[in-house]
Amino acid sequence: MTEKRNLKVQAIENGTVIDHIKAGQALNVLRILRIITDCRGTVSFVMNAPGAKGRKDVVKVEGRALNVEELNKISLIAPNATVNIIRDFVVLQKKKVVLPSYVEGVVRCINPNCISNSREPIKSKFSVVRSEEGGVVLRCLYCEHVISENIAERLV
Amino acid sequence: MKDFSREEIDHVLDTAEKLEPVARGMEKSRLLDGKIIALLFFEPSTRTRLSFETATQRLGGQIINLGAVEASSVMKGENLADTIRVISKYADLIVLRHPQDGSARMASEFASVPIINGGDGSIHHPTQTFLDLYTIRRESHLEGLKIAMAGDLKYGRTVHSLCHALSLYGAEMTFVSPPELQMPAEIVRDLKKQNIKVRETDSFEDVIGDIEVLYMTRVQQERFPDPEEYEKVKNRLKLTGELLENAAPDLKILHPLPRVNEIAPEVDDTPHARYFEQAFYGVPTRMALLALAMGVIE
Repeated sequence: MTEKRNLKVQAIENGTVIDHIKAGQALNVLRILRIITDCRGTVSFVMNAPGAKGRKDVVKVEGRALNVEELNKISLIAPNATVNIIRDFVVLQKKKVVLPSYVEGVVRCINPNCISNSREPIKSKFSVVRSEEGGVVLRCLYCEHVISENIAERLV
Repeated sequence: MKDFSREEIDHVLDTAEKLEPVARGMEKSRLLDGKIIALLFFEPSTRTRLSFETATQRLGGQIINLGAVEASSVMKGENLADTIRVISKYADLIVLRHPQDGSARMASEFASVPIINGGDGSIHHPTQTFLDLYTIRRESHLEGLKIAMAGDLKYGRTVHSLCHALSLYGAEMTFVSPPELQMPAEIVRDLKKQNIKVRETDSFEDVIGDIEVLYMTRVQQERFPDPEEYEKVKNRLKLTGELLENAAPDLKILHPLPRVNEIAPEVDDTPHARYFEQAFYGVPTRMALLALAMGVIE
């Protein structure tokens, strides 16, 4: 059984494994990490894998660590994800992503009339909370519009 | 408006009440003596602009104006942030009205003087809400008020802010509108979460005998793609003298103005009509906000 799983997603020697990504969000995670346009190491991912809490996606990136901005972005679209840092095939550190309470310059406001979508010298600002259903809710600190769906499409 | 607690709102209204004799010209005040207030109005406004001008002058302050946007640096491509930084160097306080949502909040990040939001975009017009609250307090009462709001409840920013503010005082609210202009579901949901009694109807007859304040709003023709549909809705939501025959004697009717034809002229002469006095209350309310923002009154 273990062998079969390894065939699906090959173990990496050094790098990062992002697990428990909400099913269907793996490609958005790759986009956040700019993997598609800017990556030298091996990247593998599984979508819709069975997990203890239902279907999930997994992303493995060889030779790559994640910075805070990337972690914040991932938390917005996959708030239950875990990040595993791998050294010599061993999990050196495992941690859950932490949803920030505030993000700046990360998401575009959904309101076309919001001042943050104009030519003013400002970055978008949002407060971030978990919804009662476990999703992520962003509230624009300028116009107060709320974004709770398709956040990946609004990422800067 | 959501930034204000009930205590802070009460403090503004108490201050407005103290300043009302000055607003009526019965007393003189020099609270803003030597102060310059900049009125930056990037879109047309009559009542808000003139009541801020009146409020400033009643308090002995001076006004500088942006004038017509077409003749200003905005037409040369200057952004709002730079305009605010420059005007901050001239004036002691800026009143801003701007068509984009969140512009006042952004302006406050770039200003070195206080900013008062005179209405930004389609969502916020907090000084209107303060004057509505002041009117209700002066003409009726705020605590546990039985109020109906009628007209365009879907897009009307004044009613959205007013709902939130009145919820702090435990009001009972009835929303009177055609189905296409109903109060947004999330606002109704938020109110119910706060245990506010909410009722929705499409006719005045259901509510007129049971309320203390009726807050009317204008139904805008541009909300209706079909002109015939607009005509039907407009006439259904018209407040007439006949309808008021069943009203409680102390019912007060408010309207942020301008009205078109949603209140029949015969209503103006009844003791229920308080919308012109409401327009006046904009002066003491804005005097209070100017004086508090300038720190010339505690």
